[in-house]
Amino acid sequence: MLDNLTNRLARVMKSLKGEARLTEANIGDALREVRMALLEADVALPVVKDFIAAVKEKAVGEEVIGSLSPGQALIGVVHAELTKIMGDAHEGINFNTQPPAIVLMAGLQGAGKTTTVGKLGKFLKENHKKKVLVVSCDVYRPAAIEQLKFVAGQAGVDFFPSSVGEKPEDIAAAAIDWAKRHYHDVVLVDTAGRLAVDEEMMAEIKRLHAAIKPIETLFVVDAMLGQDAVNTARSFNEALPLTGVVLTKLDGDARGGAALSVRHVTGKPIKFAGVGEKLTGLEAFHPERMASRILGMGDVLSLIEEARKGLDEEKAVAFAKKLKAGKGFDLNDFKEQMAQMRSMGGLSALMDKMPAQIAQAAGQLPAGAENKMIGRVEGIINSMTPAERAKPELIKASRKRRIAMGAGVQVQDVNRLLNQFEQTQKMMKQFSKGGMGKLMRGMKGMIPGMR
Amino acid sequence: MFSFLKKSPADGKSDAKPGVPADAAPVEAAKPGWRERLFKGLAKTRAQWGGKLKSIFSRGKVDDELLEELETLLLTSDCGMEATLHLLDELKKAAKRDKLDTPEAIQQALRDALLATLQPLEQRLDVSTHQPYVIMIAGVNGAGKTTSIGKLAKYFQGQGKSVLLAAGDTFRAAAREQLQTWGERNNVTVIAQESGDPAAVIYDAIAAARARGIDIVLADTAGRLPTQLHLMEEIAKVRRVIQKIEPEGPHETLLVLDANIGQNALAQVKAFDKAINVTGLVLTKLDGTAKGGVVTAIARQCPKPIRFIGVGEQIDDLRPFSAKDFVDALFE
Repeated sequence: MLDNLTNRLARVMKSLKGEARLTEANIGDALREVRMALLEADVALPVVKDFIAAVKEKAVGEEVIGSLSPGQALIGVVHAELTKIMGDAHEGINFNTQPPAIVLMAGLQGAGKTTTVGKLGKFLKENHKKKVLVVSCDVYRPAAIEQLKFVAGQAGVDFFPSSVGEKPEDIAAAAIDWAKRHYHDVVLVDTAGRLAVDEEMMAEIKRLHAAIKPIETLFVVDAMLGQDAVNTARSFNEALPLTGVVLTKLDGDARGGAALSVRHVTGKPIKFAGVGEKLTGLEAFHPERMASRILGMGDVLSLIEEARKGLDEEKAVAFAKKLKAGKGFDLNDFKEQMAQMRSMGGLSALMDKMPAQIAQAAGQLPAGAENKMIGRVEGIINSMTPAERAKPELIKASRKRRIAMGAGVQVQDVNRLLNQFEQTQKMMKQFSKGGMGKLMRGMKGMIPGMR
Repeated sequence: MFSFLKKSPADGKSDAKPGVPADAAPVEAAKPGWRERLFKGLAKTRAQWGGKLKSIFSRGKVDDELLEELETLLLTSDCGMEATLHLLDELKKAAKRDKLDTPEAIQQALRDALLATLQPLEQRLDVSTHQPYVIMIAGVNGAGKTTSIGKLAKYFQGQGKSVLLAAGDTFRAAAREQLQTWGERNNVTVIAQESGDPAAVIYDAIAAARARGIDIVLADTAGRLPTQLHLMEEIAKVRRVIQKIEPEGPHETLLVLDANIGQNALAQVKAFDKAINVTGLVLTKLDGTAKGGVVTAIARQCPKPIRFIGVGEQIDDLRPFSAKDFVDALFE
């Protein structure tokens, strides 16, 4: 995501090479490009104007220090400002109240409120050890209540039943009463999607807000939203005392300009980002990381976090022990690695977070090919006997033929796999001897853009 | 078969002259009310546009400042860079050629340029060519697919067609129930399965429609983002499976777009077109403050006929797109 903005900035910055100091004259063109790029990225115009003004003020007179190029100096300023607009650091949910902490969700139709309720419920239950109750006040859309019930079941949180004949305030009041008597820590209140211009519906959610006095009122907003995000956010912010924003569908290829607009207009922190359809797809929103991503510096921190989540810690420890004990890296381990890679969402999910240079080089691979490849490798290894997996040097011509038949591939594919395995094994040996530094040096030639 | 014979003259006419609403009778009768609703739906858009336009045009001559402001205006309506520059070029050319110097003339010129851009997208859907006529509906999460299907079912029923719905969204919780509720309200059969493969559900639905002599099959699918490659692969498979039972099908592949979405709408059209060969668009949620300007960007960069637009929550608020009404409503 956000590639195009990155590329455009990169192109603009090239024209700035060889200047000693940023002046109004030499960044004028660049700033116009930045403005256009931001507009194309769906950042709302008033926000763009403020942003450009702030960057200009900061950038003019900035000395180009040391080994920095003027372009890098300007990117530095742009990055700092982007981070500032999106809020400085991550903020979580406020539980500072007498339980239950009530969280009200509001937003347009199709923003992803119900899914977010499910994700947030699971998140609070697993990461904060809270007892969560969810309730739907959407008495309009067909089957909205069933949807929440189902999602709550998947997330493993309690669901308070409601029916379409009831009034939203009554439903919420009954749910809160129930939560108090059953010692729930958090009540998540889902509401119907509404347009900011629909006065009747806005009055309804105002009444609901007044009746339940939530400690958090979260505005759920689609990351793909266009210029109108600014109007919608303003109307909701005026009608309701919002305390935070949840940005959804961030895994799409929208450039996410809405994140900047909404934050700028409401002044409220973006607390979470929704990615993917699974209920685990809720991340804490980190403004500085988003800014890095926009600028193509890669979201390496998120990547590390994700890797940690995807890895099975026990297996990793066992693996490390095995290596330390000097035992060889065999095909079982190789297969394990492949499986872990897949559980992290495959190569494409990783590439999203890599710096633009690397991602671009990798982007030349045909889409989806790597998943097929991993499947094939697993198939080949599965066709081997345990003895062969533990001692790959056993595998000679006739065994190769048998394995190829079993996996439904050509003998060449088996050879290719064995070669790949040997390389990885070599790398692992280095790793166990010389540690990470040596390994990285060994990889220098393999990854483009690394120095 | 009979309905096919009955409808064909009227539909033939509307085919020949896009923009002339010479369709079946119910559309004609509902015309004034519909126009009003479109105007009301776009009232917010107009307030925003109209107000700004007036202040811009009141200056009365075409200079750089005016063009700069128009550029801003078009950009804030989600028109996108490319379409904005094109419209401004047209406007400049017209101003030079016709020596425009009054605000009214400039407004008319912009209106003409917009209309010329959007007119090719106005192509009515002709559902009488096959029976059953299979319409596959796709889109990103939360675009309004299932709601649009409900409205479409009502629309086709109003034209005297029999409709069958296929609950192909087997992924999202309660999507099936949502469609079934729509079906119950409007007396339409919904083919659904307990769980399982979307392609299989739709295959079943088409077989059922054949057996029952139904005119139109509306096939729902789960929402998906174009970056989720495995899901795009899945929807391509749904299309292939439809072709197994209906070699010429799906006769129409509609992509549902939310008018609130910005430039990403373009990426959506391109990605879905690549996977399932989109033949028409449905633009929903135009009743908010969103301007739907992205339509102009689509018209320029990956033109697909806009079959329907949705301007309200009522069941009959989804109607065929008319470029003239759309532009008129913006400028009124």
